[in-house]
Amino acid sequence: MKTNRFWAWLTFALGAAYFIVPLLATFEFSLRMRRGTYSFDAYASVFADPYFVSSFGYSVVIGLVTIVVGVLVVVPAVYFVRLRMPWLRPFMEFITLLPLVIPALVLVYGYIRLYNSSSIIPFTGSALGTDILLTGAYVTLALPYMYRAVDNGMRTIDIGTLTEAAQIMGANQAQIIGRIILPNILVAILSGAFLTFAIVIGEFTIASLLNRPAFGPYLVGIGTNRAYEPAALAIISFIITWGAMGMINVLGRFAPRTSARTD
Amino acid sequence: MAFLDVQNLTKTFGQTTVVKGVSFAFDKGEFISLLGPSGCGKTTILRMIAGFERPTSGSIEVDGRDITHLKPNQRQLGMVFQAYALFPNLNVGDNIGFGLKIAGMPAEQRRARIDEMLKLIGLAGFDKRYPYELSGGQQQRVALARAIAPRPRMLLLDEPLSALDAKIRVSLREEIRAIQLDLGITTVFVTHDQEEALSISDRIVVMNAGNIEQLGAPHEIYNKPATRFVATFVGQLNTIEATVLDAAARTVSIDGQAATVPALPATADNGSAVSLTLRPEVLSVGARQGNDITLSGTIADVTFLGSVIRLRITLGSNLLSLDTFNDQRTAPPARGEKVTVSLASKDLLVL
Amino acid sequence: MTNTASPRRIPWDALAVAPFIIFAVMFLFLPTLGIIGAAFTDRAGSFTFDNIFGLFTDQILAAYWISIRISGASAFFGALIGLAIVLAIIRGRLPAPLRSAVMTFSGVASNFAGVPLAFAFIATLGRLGLVTIVLKFLGLDIYRSGFNLLSFWGLTLTYLYFQIPLMMLTIAPAVDGLKKEWNEAAQMLGASQFQFWRYVGLPILWPSFLGTLSLLFANAFGAIATAWALTGSNLNIVTVLLYNQIRGDALQNPGLGAALALGMIVITSLANVIYLVVAARAERWMK
Ligand SMILES: Nc1ncnc2c1ncn2[C@@H]1O[C@H](COP(=O)(O)OP(=O)(O)OP(=O)(O)O)[C@@H](O)[C@H]1O
Ligand SMILES: [Mg+2]
Repeated sequence: MKTNRFWAWLTFALGAAYFIVPLLATFEFSLRMRRGTYSFDAYASVFADPYFVSSFGYSVVIGLVTIVVGVLVVVPAVYFVRLRMPWLRPFMEFITLLPLVIPALVLVYGYIRLYNSSSIIPFTGSALGTDILLTGAYVTLALPYMYRAVDNGMRTIDIGTLTEAAQIMGANQAQIIGRIILPNILVAILSGAFLTFAIVIGEFTIASLLNRPAFGPYLVGIGTNRAYEPAALAIISFIITWGAMGMINVLGRFAPRTSARTD
Repeated sequence: MAFLDVQNLTKTFGQTTVVKGVSFAFDKGEFISLLGPSGCGKTTILRMIAGFERPTSGSIEVDGRDITHLKPNQRQLGMVFQAYALFPNLNVGDNIGFGLKIAGMPAEQRRARIDEMLKLIGLAGFDKRYPYELSGGQQQRVALARAIAPRPRMLLLDEPLSALDAKIRVSLREEIRAIQLDLGITTVFVTHDQEEALSISDRIVVMNAGNIEQLGAPHEIYNKPATRFVATFVGQLNTIEATVLDAAARTVSIDGQAATVPALPATADNGSAVSLTLRPEVLSVGARQGNDITLSGTIADVTFLGSVIRLRITLGSNLLSLDTFNDQRTAPPARGEKVTVSLASKDLLVL
Repeated sequence: MTNTASPRRIPWDALAVAPFIIFAVMFLFLPTLGIIGAAFTDRAGSFTFDNIFGLFTDQILAAYWISIRISGASAFFGALIGLAIVLAIIRGRLPAPLRSAVMTFSGVASNFAGVPLAFAFIATLGRLGLVTIVLKFLGLDIYRSGFNLLSFWGLTLTYLYFQIPLMMLTIAPAVDGLKKEWNEAAQMLGASQFQFWRYVGLPILWPSFLGTLSLLFANAFGAIATAWALTGSNLNIVTVLLYNQIRGDALQNPGLGAALALGMIVITSLANVIYLVVAARAERWMK
C-alpha cells in the first residue's frame, strides 16, 4: 500500500511537471521583451495592435453565432429523436462521430470545391457568404460535443415523462420545448456552448483556408513576424480556454441530477 | 483449541472507534453469524479477518496461526461480496477457476474442479456464460463457487443475500448452509437480518456499536436475550409496565393482578415501576392452560400474514403484539373487538 | 412539408429533425462525397484511377508515413501516459480535491491545441526556450545532442500536451467503473496486484483504451495548426501537403489533391474499423 502511493505521487508529479513547465516557460518568455528586465511590454504590444482587437472580435462574433446555430440545429433534433423517433438514434450517433473521423482540413477542402463562386450555392462568392460557410463549418466541428452535451442533458431529465406531464396539463409543443425542456437542459446547452467557444476562438485551418480575418490566422501571422508577442498570446489563449472550461465546471454544479431520484 | 480466535480486536477510523475490543473463538466447521444493525462494525470485523483493514490493536488467529499481519492474498480465505463482484470479463468457468489458476493448478485438474463446483451449485453447463447473462441469484452462487473452489481455510460472507429478492434469499441461504455443512468449512456470515442469522447459524455474535452484546446459539439468543438490545433487535418484543409489590418475593402487579416473575432487577424497590417484556408468541387470546395472568383489552390493529395473524392489542397504557395461528373455519378478529389475553408469568423477561 | 390529411397538424417531428439532416448533408456528406468523386475524376471529367496511383510518389508516401508515425506515437504514448496518470489519481488514492483539479485542467489542456500550443512549446523547448536555456546552463545542450522541436519527436512531444489530457478525460469514467470489490475478490483468491491487473483490470479497460487510442490517432492525424505554426510549410506531413494544395494547388493537379484527402479519410476510418473489430472481440463479456 505504501509503495503503491509512492508510485502514484511520482506519476502525478512527472505528469504535472510536463504540463506546468511549458506554461511557466511561456509566461517567463512573454515577460522578456524589454532587455535586461521582466516587463509586460509584450502584452501591451498585443493589446495595442488593432488587428488583435478586430480579429479577436470577429472570432467572438462567429463563435456566438456558431453556438446559436448549433443549439437550434441540435436541440430540437435530439428532443424529437429521443421522444418519437428512437430508430434514428444510431444514425445521429454516426453523424456526430463523423467530424471526429474526417479531418477538418478535408471537410474545408470539400466546401471550397462544392460551394465556390461558380456553384449553385456560391458561399465563397461573397464575404457574407463565406462567413456563413465558416459558421456552418464550425457548427459541424462542434457537433460531436454539442450533441453529446445535449443528449446527456436530456437523458438525465427524462424528457418523455416531462413531456407527457406537460401535455396532460394542456401545453402545446412550442410551450413544452420553450418552457419545460429548454430551462431544464440549459446547463447542458451552456456546457456545449462554452466547449464550442473554446474550439472556435483560436481555430486556424478553416478560417485561413476560407481567408477570413479570424483570431487563428492572426496568431499565425504574429508567430512568423514577432518574437515575444506569441508567448503573450499563448498565455492569453490559455486563460480564455481556462475561462470557458471553468464556466462549464461552475455550471456543472447547477445541473439537474437524474430525475429518477433514489434519495 | 479454537479454529478462529479473535482477541481484543479494535479498529479506529480517525477519531471514531468502530470496533471496540471484540473477542470471540469458534471451532472448526462452525457457521457463525455476525448480526447487528447498520454501522455497528460487522463489515469492519470481516474485512479485518480478510486482511483489507489493519486492526488498530488485537489479534486474529486461524488454525493456530497468527494471521493479523498477513496480506489478504496470503491468508487462504474465501470471500463472497454483497454485490457478487464476479469478474465481468471472465466467463463462469474462468471466474470459478481464477483462484486455482493463480495457485498454479494444471488446466485439466482445474477443469475437473470447476465442473465439480458447477455441479455443487446446480449450474452445470453454465461455464461458458458471462456474468451479465446470469440472474442475481445465479451470480451469487457462482461467487460462492469461486470462493470455495481453492479450498480456503475459512469462508467469509458479507451480506451475500441482501441484493437478492425475498424468495431467492431464502432458498439460497438454505443452499449455502447445505453446502457449508457438506464441506464442513468454517464460515463467518455477516448480516443485519435476524431471521437469516437465526435460521442458518450454529452460533450468532450479536453486535451493537462496536461491542458484542451476546454470543450464543440461535435459540439462546432468542429465548434468553442477555440485554435489552438483543431482545429488541432479535425478534419482536412487547413491553408491559408493572409495579413492584414485593421485591424479595419477586411479585409485581400488572394491571391490578399480582404475579410472580422469574427475576427482578437488583435496583427494584417495593412500589417502583418496572418494565417487563415478553415475546408475541407467549401471549394467547382467551385463557390457556398454564397461563396465570389474564388481561383484557381492545384490538387496535389486525394484520393478516397468511398462516399467522398478528394482533395489536391496547391494554391500558400498553400496546402489545400477539401472534395467533390462522383458523380456516373462523374469520380473523376485527378491529375494536374486546378480547382477553393470557400469559404465563414464567415467560416474562425482566431486562 | 405539406400535410393534406390534416392541414392544421404541424409535422413537428420532421420539421425539428430536418435542419439537422440538411446540415449533415450540406456540411458532411456532400463535401465528403465531392472529395471522393474528385479523387476518381480526371481533368476532363471522366472516371480514372490515375489520381490514386499518383499518390505513390516518394514525397507523398513519405508525408503519409511521417503523419502516421507522429499520430501513432502521440496517440500511443498519450494513451499510456494518460492511463498511468488516471490510475495514479483514482486507484492510487491521491486526495480527492487533487483529482477534480486535475480533471478540470485536463479539460483545458485538451482544448489548448493549435497555434497557441506551438507558441508555448517554442517558448519552452525552442532554441531560446526556457527549458533549453536552463538545460544548457546545466551543461546539456539539447540542440547539440540532436534534439529539434521541428522533428518527429519534437512534434510528438508537443502533441502529447493535448493527447494525454484527452485520454484522461475519456478513460477516467472507465477507470471509475472498476469496482474495488474486483480487486479485493482477486486478492482473496491469492492474486497479487500484478495478477489482478493482468487478468482482470486491464482486460476490462481494454475496449475503452482502444477506442480512445483510435480517437487520439484521428485527432493527431488531422491536426495541422500546431505543426503549421511550429514549422511553417517546411514539415512534410500530409496535412501540410494538403493545406498547400488547397491554398495554391501545390501539386498542380486538383484530382491528386482530392486523392490525398481521400487517403486521409481512408486512414482515419481504418483506425476506427480496426478499433471496432478488436473491441467487438474484446467486448464479448459486455451487455
Ligand atoms: N474506511 C472507513 N473510514 C471511516 N469510517 C469508516 C470506514 N469504514 C467504515 N467506517 C465506519 O465504521 C462504522 C462501521 O462500519 P461497518 O461497515 O463495519 O458497518 P456494518 O455493521 O457492516 O454496517 P452495514 O450493515 O450497514 O453494512 C460505520 O459508522 C462506518 O461509517
Ligand atoms: Mg456492512
